[in-house]
Amino acid sequence: MTNSSSDTFELAGKTYHSRLLVGTGKYKDMQETKLATEASGAEIMTVAIRRTNIGQNPGEENLLDTLPQSKYTYLPNTAGCYTADDAIRTCRLARELLDDHTLVKLEVLGDEKTLFPDVQQTYKAAEVLIKEGFQIMVYTNDDPIAAKNFEDMGCIAVMPLAAPIGSGLGIRNPHNIRTIVENANVPILVDAGVGTASDAAIAMELGCDGVLMNTAIAGAKDPILMASAMKKAIEAGREAYLAGRIPMKRFASASSPIEGTFF
Amino acid sequence: MNITVNGEKRDIPQGSTASDLLSLLEMQNDKVAMEVNMEIVPRSQHSEFRFNEGDKVEIVRAIGGG
Repeated sequence: MTNSSSDTFELAGKTYHSRLLVGTGKYKDMQETKLATEASGAEIMTVAIRRTNIGQNPGEENLLDTLPQSKYTYLPNTAGCYTADDAIRTCRLARELLDDHTLVKLEVLGDEKTLFPDVQQTYKAAEVLIKEGFQIMVYTNDDPIAAKNFEDMGCIAVMPLAAPIGSGLGIRNPHNIRTIVENANVPILVDAGVGTASDAAIAMELGCDGVLMNTAIAGAKDPILMASAMKKAIEAGREAYLAGRIPMKRFASASSPIEGTFF
Repeated sequence: MNITVNGEKRDIPQGSTASDLLSLLEMQNDKVAMEVNMEIVPRSQHSEFRFNEGDKVEIVRAIGGG
Protein backbone atom coordinates (compact mmCIF):
# COMPACT_ATOMS: atom_id res chain seq x y z
CA MET A 1 0.00 0.00 0.00
CA THR A 2 1.20 3.48 -0.76
CA ASN A 3 0.59 5.68 2.21
CA SER A 4 0.56 9.45 2.08
CA SER A 5 3.83 9.88 3.96
CA SER A 6 5.80 7.91 1.35
CA ASP A 7 4.03 9.58 -1.56
CA THR A 8 6.23 12.54 -2.43
CA PHE A 9 6.92 14.56 -5.52
CA GLU A 10 10.03 16.27 -6.77
CA LEU A 11 10.42 19.76 -8.03
CA ALA A 12 13.73 21.34 -8.99
CA GLY A 13 15.63 18.64 -7.11
CA LYS A 14 13.71 19.05 -3.87
CA THR A 15 11.26 16.54 -2.40
CA TYR A 16 7.86 17.71 -1.19
CA HIS A 17 5.22 15.93 0.85
CA SER A 18 2.39 18.39 0.33
CA ARG A 19 0.80 18.53 -3.09
CA LEU A 20 -1.06 21.70 -2.24
CA LEU A 21 0.68 24.90 -3.27
CA VAL A 22 -0.80 28.16 -2.08
CA GLY A 23 -0.84 31.80 -3.02
CA THR A 24 -0.49 34.47 -0.37
CA GLY A 25 -2.65 37.21 -1.87
CA LYS A 26 -6.09 38.55 -0.91
CA TYR A 27 -5.88 37.83 2.84
CA LYS A 28 -7.18 40.44 5.27
CA ASP A 29 -3.86 40.69 7.11
CA MET A 30 -0.51 39.02 7.63
CA GLN A 31 -1.76 36.96 10.58
CA GLU A 32 -4.51 35.41 8.49
CA THR A 33 -2.00 34.72 5.71
CA LYS A 34 0.21 32.92 8.19
CA LEU A 35 -2.53 30.86 9.83
CA ALA A 36 -4.14 29.82 6.55
CA THR A 37 -0.80 28.91 4.99
CA GLU A 38 0.05 26.80 8.04
CA ALA A 39 -3.37 25.12 8.03
CA SER A 40 -2.97 24.25 4.34
CA GLY A 41 0.17 22.25 5.07
CA ALA A 42 1.68 23.76 1.92
CA GLU A 43 5.45 23.76 1.54
CA ILE A 44 5.53 25.95 -1.57
CA MET A 45 3.94 29.39 -1.71
CA THR A 46 3.72 32.03 -4.39
CA VAL A 47 4.60 35.66 -3.82
CA ALA A 48 4.28 38.74 -6.00
CA ILE A 49 7.05 41.23 -6.72
CA ARG A 50 5.92 44.81 -6.32
CA ARG A 51 7.22 48.30 -5.66
CA THR A 52 8.04 49.10 -2.05
CA ASN A 53 5.79 51.73 -0.46
CA ILE A 54 8.15 54.59 0.16
CA GLY A 55 7.38 56.44 3.37
CA GLN A 56 4.22 54.45 3.98
CA ASN A 57 3.46 51.91 6.69
CA PRO A 58 6.88 51.98 8.37
CA GLY A 59 7.47 48.91 10.45
CA GLU A 60 4.81 47.03 8.49
CA GLU A 61 5.05 43.28 8.92
CA ASN A 62 7.05 41.69 6.14
CA LEU A 63 5.97 38.51 4.36
CA LEU A 64 9.56 37.24 4.42
CA ASP A 65 9.57 37.47 8.23
CA THR A 66 6.09 36.01 8.75
CA LEU A 67 6.54 33.07 6.36
CA PRO A 68 10.31 32.64 6.23
CA GLN A 69 12.19 31.11 3.31
CA SER A 70 13.78 28.69 5.76
CA LYS A 71 10.35 27.09 6.18
CA TYR A 72 8.71 27.58 2.78
CA THR A 73 9.86 27.33 -0.81
CA TYR A 74 9.11 30.71 -2.35
CA LEU A 75 7.62 30.74 -5.79
CA PRO A 76 7.76 34.32 -7.08
CA ASN A 77 5.18 34.92 -9.79
CA THR A 78 4.88 37.25 -12.73
CA ALA A 79 1.24 38.09 -12.00
CA GLY A 80 0.07 41.25 -13.68
CA CYS A 81 2.51 40.90 -16.60
CA TYR A 82 0.97 41.18 -20.07
CA THR A 83 4.19 41.00 -22.08
CA ALA A 84 7.16 38.64 -22.17
CA ASP A 85 9.47 41.58 -21.41
CA ASP A 86 7.63 42.50 -18.19
CA ALA A 87 7.64 38.87 -17.08
CA ILE A 88 11.37 38.49 -17.78
CA ARG A 89 12.11 41.70 -15.89
CA THR A 90 10.01 40.54 -12.92
CA CYS A 91 11.82 37.19 -12.76
CA ARG A 92 15.22 38.87 -12.83
CA LEU A 93 14.19 41.13 -9.95
CA ALA A 94 12.85 38.14 -8.03
CA ARG A 95 16.14 36.31 -8.46
CA GLU A 96 18.05 39.29 -7.08
CA LEU A 97 15.53 39.88 -4.28
CA LEU A 98 15.56 36.29 -3.07
CA ASP A 99 19.33 35.76 -3.31
CA ASP A 100 19.83 33.97 -6.61
CA HIS A 101 16.54 32.14 -6.37
CA THR A 102 15.74 30.64 -9.78
CA LEU A 103 12.42 28.84 -9.21
CA VAL A 104 9.62 31.01 -10.61
CA LYS A 105 6.01 30.81 -11.65
CA LEU A 106 5.78 32.27 -15.14
CA GLU A 107 2.47 33.71 -16.21
CA VAL A 108 1.90 36.15 -19.04
CA LEU A 109 -1.68 37.28 -19.21
CA GLY A 110 -3.73 37.97 -22.31
CA ASP A 111 -6.56 40.19 -21.13
CA GLU A 112 -7.96 41.62 -17.94
CA LYS A 113 -11.42 40.16 -18.23
CA THR A 114 -10.44 36.50 -18.41
CA LEU A 115 -6.83 36.63 -17.19
CA PHE A 116 -6.30 33.81 -19.67
CA PRO A 117 -2.65 33.28 -20.54
CA ASP A 118 -1.12 34.78 -23.67
CA VAL A 119 0.59 31.57 -24.67
CA GLN A 120 2.69 33.15 -27.43
CA GLN A 121 4.16 35.71 -25.03
CA THR A 122 4.61 32.98 -22.44
CA TYR A 123 6.71 30.90 -24.91
CA LYS A 124 8.81 33.96 -25.63
CA ALA A 125 9.45 34.64 -21.95
CA ALA A 126 10.11 30.98 -21.16
CA GLU A 127 12.73 30.72 -23.89
CA VAL A 128 14.75 33.67 -22.55
CA LEU A 129 14.35 32.70 -18.89
CA ILE A 130 15.37 29.07 -19.41
CA LYS A 131 18.56 30.28 -21.14
CA GLU A 132 19.23 32.47 -18.11
CA GLY A 133 19.01 29.47 -15.80
CA PHE A 134 15.53 29.94 -14.37
CA GLN A 135 13.51 26.92 -13.32
CA ILE A 136 10.06 27.60 -14.65
CA MET A 137 6.68 26.44 -13.49
CA VAL A 138 4.49 27.75 -16.25
CA TYR A 139 0.86 28.82 -16.09
CA THR A 140 -0.93 27.94 -19.30
CA ASN A 141 -4.22 26.95 -20.89
CA ASP A 142 -5.73 23.50 -20.50
CA ASP A 143 -4.28 22.79 -23.94
CA PRO A 144 -2.36 19.50 -24.28
CA ILE A 145 -0.30 20.79 -27.21
CA ALA A 146 0.83 23.94 -25.42
CA ALA A 147 1.57 21.90 -22.28
CA LYS A 148 3.81 19.53 -24.25
CA ASN A 149 5.57 22.43 -25.96
CA PHE A 150 6.41 24.00 -22.60
CA GLU A 151 7.77 20.68 -21.37
CA ASP A 152 9.89 20.26 -24.52
CA MET A 153 11.29 23.77 -24.07
CA GLY A 154 12.56 22.82 -20.62
CA CYS A 155 9.95 24.09 -18.17
CA ILE A 156 10.23 22.06 -14.98
CA ALA A 157 6.47 21.94 -14.36
CA VAL A 158 3.40 22.80 -16.39
CA MET A 159 0.40 24.35 -14.68
CA PRO A 160 -2.77 24.34 -16.75
CA LEU A 161 -5.70 26.39 -15.51
CA ALA A 162 -8.86 24.68 -14.29
CA ALA A 163 -10.90 27.81 -15.02
CA PRO A 164 -10.15 31.57 -15.02
CA ILE A 165 -8.06 32.87 -12.10
CA GLY A 166 -10.23 33.66 -9.10
CA SER A 167 -13.41 32.36 -10.79
CA GLY A 168 -13.98 29.33 -8.56
CA LEU A 169 -15.60 27.52 -11.50
CA GLY A 170 -13.70 24.29 -10.87
CA ILE A 171 -12.24 21.90 -13.45
CA ARG A 172 -13.95 23.01 -16.68
CA ASN A 173 -12.18 20.53 -18.93
CA PRO A 174 -11.27 17.38 -17.04
CA HIS A 175 -10.61 15.45 -20.26
CA ASN A 176 -7.93 17.89 -21.35
CA ILE A 177 -6.34 17.89 -17.91
CA ARG A 178 -6.22 14.10 -18.04
CA THR A 179 -4.64 14.18 -21.50
CA ILE A 180 -2.04 16.70 -20.33
CA VAL A 181 -1.20 14.45 -17.36
CA GLU A 182 -0.95 11.33 -19.55
CA ASN A 183 1.41 13.03 -22.03
CA ALA A 184 3.68 14.60 -19.44
CA ASN A 185 7.13 13.75 -18.16
CA VAL A 186 7.22 16.75 -15.82
CA PRO A 187 4.91 17.51 -12.88
CA ILE A 188 1.49 18.82 -13.91
CA LEU A 189 -0.27 21.07 -11.42
CA VAL A 190 -3.68 22.61 -11.80
CA ASP A 191 -3.31 26.33 -11.26
CA ALA A 192 -6.27 28.67 -10.96
CA GLY A 193 -10.03 28.23 -11.01
CA VAL A 194 -10.53 25.88 -8.07
CA GLY A 195 -13.55 26.91 -5.98
CA THR A 196 -13.94 24.37 -3.23
CA ALA A 197 -12.51 21.16 -1.82
CA SER A 198 -14.19 18.81 -4.31
CA ASP A 199 -12.57 20.69 -7.21
CA ALA A 200 -9.15 20.10 -5.68
CA ALA A 201 -9.96 16.42 -5.15
CA ILE A 202 -11.04 16.07 -8.79
CA ALA A 203 -7.77 17.60 -10.00
CA MET A 204 -5.87 15.04 -7.97
CA GLU A 205 -8.10 12.16 -9.07
CA LEU A 206 -7.27 13.08 -12.66
CA GLY A 207 -3.65 12.36 -11.81
CA CYS A 208 -2.26 15.85 -11.35
CA ASP A 209 0.86 16.09 -9.24
CA GLY A 210 -0.51 19.02 -7.30
CA VAL A 211 -2.81 22.02 -7.21
CA LEU A 212 -1.94 25.67 -6.78
CA MET A 213 -4.66 27.91 -5.42
CA ASN A 214 -5.16 31.22 -3.69
CA THR A 215 -8.64 32.76 -3.94
CA ALA A 216 -10.46 29.54 -3.04
CA ILE A 217 -8.80 29.70 0.37
CA ALA A 218 -8.27 33.44 0.92
CA GLY A 219 -11.75 34.34 -0.32
CA ALA A 220 -13.64 31.75 1.77
CA LYS A 221 -15.69 32.99 4.74
CA ASP A 222 -13.29 31.15 7.01
CA PRO A 223 -9.99 30.94 5.13
CA ILE A 224 -8.21 28.93 7.82
CA LEU A 225 -10.90 26.24 7.86
CA MET A 226 -10.94 26.18 4.06
CA ALA A 227 -7.15 25.76 4.01
CA SER A 228 -7.58 22.69 6.19
CA ALA A 229 -10.39 21.39 3.93
CA MET A 230 -8.18 21.82 0.86
CA LYS A 231 -5.34 19.95 2.51
CA LYS A 232 -7.63 16.98 3.12
CA ALA A 233 -9.17 17.16 -0.36
CA ILE A 234 -5.74 17.08 -2.00
CA GLU A 235 -4.75 14.07 0.10
CA ALA A 236 -8.06 12.30 -0.51
CA GLY A 237 -7.94 12.93 -4.25
CA ARG A 238 -4.37 11.73 -4.46
CA GLU A 239 -5.09 8.54 -2.54
CA ALA A 240 -8.13 7.86 -4.70
CA TYR A 241 -5.99 8.29 -7.82
CA LEU A 242 -3.36 5.89 -6.48
CA ALA A 243 -6.01 3.44 -5.31
CA GLY A 244 -7.59 3.34 -8.77
CA ARG A 245 -11.27 4.09 -8.99
CA ILE A 246 -13.90 1.60 -10.16
CA PRO A 247 -15.11 1.97 -13.72
CA MET A 248 -18.44 3.75 -14.19
CA LYS A 249 -21.33 1.56 -15.35
CA ARG A 250 -24.82 2.42 -16.38
CA PHE A 251 -26.55 -0.24 -14.27
CA ALA A 252 -26.32 -1.65 -10.77
CA SER A 253 -24.25 -4.49 -9.39
CA ALA A 254 -25.32 -5.74 -5.96
CA SER A 255 -22.90 -5.34 -3.08
CA SER A 256 -24.29 -8.28 -1.06
CA PRO A 257 -23.93 -11.84 -2.41
CA ILE A 258 -26.93 -13.39 -4.11
CA GLU A 259 -25.81 -16.87 -2.97
CA GLY A 260 -27.29 -17.97 0.39
CA THR A 261 -30.46 -15.99 0.12
CA PHE A 262 -33.31 -17.86 1.92
CA PHE A 263 -36.29 -16.04 0.43
CA MET B 1 20.49 65.74 -8.34
CA ASN B 2 17.13 64.48 -9.53
CA ILE B 3 16.26 60.84 -9.98
CA THR B 4 12.94 58.98 -10.17
CA VAL B 5 12.28 56.35 -7.51
CA ASN B 6 9.27 54.06 -7.97
CA GLY B 7 7.69 56.60 -10.27
CA GLU B 8 8.29 59.65 -8.02
CA LYS B 9 10.82 62.41 -8.57
CA ARG B 10 13.36 62.75 -5.79
CA ASP B 11 16.20 65.15 -5.10
CA ILE B 12 19.22 63.32 -3.68
CA PRO B 13 22.76 64.56 -2.90
CA GLN B 14 25.23 64.46 -5.78
CA GLY B 15 27.32 61.27 -5.73
CA SER B 16 24.81 59.26 -3.70
CA THR B 17 25.23 55.52 -3.84
CA ALA B 18 22.50 52.87 -3.94
CA SER B 19 23.20 52.20 -0.25
CA ASP B 20 22.83 55.93 0.49
CA LEU B 21 19.42 55.97 -1.19
CA LEU B 22 18.21 52.94 0.77
CA SER B 23 19.33 54.61 4.02
CA LEU B 24 17.63 57.85 3.01
CA LEU B 25 14.41 55.89 2.45
CA GLU B 26 14.93 53.99 5.73
CA MET B 27 15.07 50.73 3.81
CA GLN B 28 18.64 49.77 4.62
CA ASN B 29 17.47 46.76 6.63
CA ASP B 30 14.69 45.70 4.28
CA LYS B 31 14.82 42.84 1.85
CA VAL B 32 14.52 44.67 -1.47
CA ALA B 33 15.88 44.48 -5.00
CA MET B 34 16.95 47.50 -7.03
CA GLU B 35 16.83 48.19 -10.72
CA VAL B 36 18.27 51.33 -12.33
CA ASN B 37 17.22 52.15 -15.90
CA MET B 38 15.90 48.59 -16.27
CA GLU B 39 19.19 46.99 -15.16
CA ILE B 40 19.51 45.16 -11.85
CA VAL B 41 22.00 46.61 -9.40
CA PRO B 42 23.03 43.60 -7.30
CA ARG B 43 23.06 43.94 -3.53
CA SER B 44 26.82 43.31 -3.55
CA GLN B 45 27.30 46.52 -5.57
CA HIS B 46 24.99 48.83 -3.60
CA SER B 47 27.83 50.55 -1.74
CA GLU B 48 29.76 51.39 -4.94
CA PHE B 49 26.97 52.11 -7.40
CA ARG B 50 26.50 55.88 -7.89
CA PHE B 51 23.43 57.46 -9.44
CA ASN B 52 23.42 59.81 -12.39
CA GLU B 53 21.04 62.67 -13.04
CA GLY B 54 17.71 61.41 -14.37
CA ASP B 55 18.18 57.75 -13.35
CA LYS B 56 14.99 55.77 -13.12
CA VAL B 57 15.08 53.57 -10.05
CA GLU B 58 12.74 50.77 -9.06
CA ILE B 59 12.88 49.25 -5.59
CA VAL B 60 10.81 46.11 -5.17
CA ARG B 61 9.92 43.61 -2.48
CA ALA B 62 7.98 40.36 -2.13
CA ILE B 63 4.35 40.70 -1.08
CA GLY B 64 1.36 38.39 -0.89
CA GLY B 65 0.21 37.17 -4.30
CA GLY B 66 -1.24 34.15 -6.04
